Amino acid sequence: MMMHEVWKLLFKKPFTNKFPAKYAPKNVHSYLRRVKSGKVKLVPPIPPPPNFRGKIQYDIDSCVGCGLCAQVCPSKAIEIVRDKKWIIMHCKEGATLAAPLKIKIYVSRCVFCAQCVDVCPRKCLHMSDEFLLANEDKLSRDLIIPGP
Amino acid sequence: MSENYTIPIGPLHPALHEPITLKLEVSGEEIVGVDIFCSQVHRGIEWIGMNRNNAIQSIYLAERVCGICNISHPFCMVDAVEKVTNIEVPERAQYIRTIIAELERIHSHLLWAGVAAHEIGFDTVFHYTWALRESVMDLVEYLTGNRVTKAIFMIGGVRRDISEEGAKKIKEGMRFYLENFHKIEEIYLHDPTIRMRTRDVGILTKKDALKLCAVGPVARASGVPKDVRQDYPYAAYADYGLKAITPDMYNGEVHGDVFDRIIVRLLEVKQSVDIINWALDNMPSGSILAEKNLVKLKIMLKKAEGEGVGRVEAPRGEDIHYVRLKAGEEPFLSWKIRAPTYNNVLPWIPMLLGGQIADVPIVAASTDPCMSCLNRVTVVDTNKKKEFEITKEYMHEQSIKKTRRLMRNGQ
Ligand code: SF4
Ligand code: SF4
Repeated sequence: MMMHEVWKLLFKKPFTNKFPAKYAPKNVHSYLRRVKSGKVKLVPPIPPPPNFRGKIQYDIDSCVGCGLCAQVCPSKAIEIVRDKKWIIMHCKEGATLAAPLKIKIYVSRCVFCAQCVDVCPRKCLHMSDEFLLANEDKLSRDLIIPGP
Repeated sequence: MSENYTIPIGPLHPALHEPITLKLEVSGEEIVGVDIFCSQVHRGIEWIGMNRNNAIQSIYLAERVCGICNISHPFCMVDAVEKVTNIEVPERAQYIRTIIAELERIHSHLLWAGVAAHEIGFDTVFHYTWALRESVMDLVEYLTGNRVTKAIFMIGGVRRDISEEGAKKIKEGMRFYLENFHKIEEIYLHDPTIRMRTRDVGILTKKDALKLCAVGPVARASGVPKDVRQDYPYAAYADYGLKAITPDMYNGEVHGDVFDRIIVRLLEVKQSVDIINWALDNMPSGSILAEKNLVKLKIMLKKAEGEGVGRVEAPRGEDIHYVRLKAGEEPFLSWKIRAPTYNNVLPWIPMLLGGQIADVPIVAASTDPCMSCLNRVTVVDTNKKKEFEITKEYMHEQSIKKTRRLMRNGQ
């Protein structure tokens, strides 16, 4: 029985998708450079399913800074910060110049639960398909949203 | 001259979710004494739930109690919290919960079957079983958005619905398992070598199982028909009318050995397929969340006061979460998790006594704990005051050797 299965497998195409290359490159950086210059072709990954929870995306302009996302984030990946842009705010005392509240997401802490996406009243967060997020530097440019 | 050795196994390995130390006293090859030390590590999960997180955040923390039972733990926790707050879960959500929980059981049992095959040196079978398991992992990914951490539970329901197309995909997947079930059955239950390595090895009698409060497939394999889904049905199980599986349903006898545990788990895979098909056919329509507005839910949880106990049949046995809430405070006042392996560790003692070192991997694996604890073993020769190390590789080699020996002698 088992022998029969083994024989069958010997003549089948391997199940594993050889992403990103058939054989592991000796040097990833030089490999990526060669991919960029078009010398080698990347073996594409298996596409993620619909509604996959990947790297989070943030639309800073529609965020009202309510902070609900930070309250439900289980891994405390969201920090409430002042925006870099100052705007004119109208309050009781008249118009003043102030920086509104926005958020900063540390993707290296994110556990991809999408709880913040569910809670956001302005729907300014959503999960993308991006999953290649490994990085030696946890505070690198790519892993902080919005960028520094 | 006494030639007894004491072999400590464990306690730590980075991949462990249940760090544990085993002290085996051996005389030659035979195990004559077993001692077990639990509580080797403290991850502070309960502490975080009681001090830092609010209840919604704790769902995702509960998910990370165990990598494989990461449906059972949040299920159990939200069940307990729903009991405190008297939230009525919509019926459709109950059915979706049932389907996801059963998908988890299929994947966990197949994973276990593969590991068991690996422990006795059948790596072909191991790869074959895990290849079959991929199909259920893909289904889980499709339904929940991630392979492992499903993040589908919410207090008062579930976060994702099963669409028409999703239901069709699950049905297809279930057909695949029904078609392939006879192959798994053939490999595991009719192979003479697997039978030789597991029949009458690591026996847990019904009396011992009851005395040591074994749970899940371990208890059922010893002929104790206990299953939370049958005894205290939750979610949609009451409608289904589940019956606990004992090995005598398969061949009319109960040995309480490793082979019986294989039988029980494989039959449970079939049962899960059946439950999923049934749940899909009978799924009521309606909403999937009791309270859609998370802000309102948060306020409700803050006001709640009282205590609740959640009980869920995880793939490894009964899982219990105890939760106490105090009005005005967001974190739990107390949170206690009792994972099933806790009960299934003490039965190792009667199982291992009288066995051989080569049987330790498969016997310990038969209760389905995390097996990485066998990674490092120090052997202390008490007479000569000498220490040397047995690595996991050595243990594994011993296990393979024994399989080969049995195969040779059996022919
Ligand atoms: S919940 Fe939405 S609107 Fe509120 S702070 Fe977060 S991102 Fe901005
Ligand atoms: S996806 Fe989850 S962990 Fe990541 S930022 Fe949102 S709430 Fe936090």
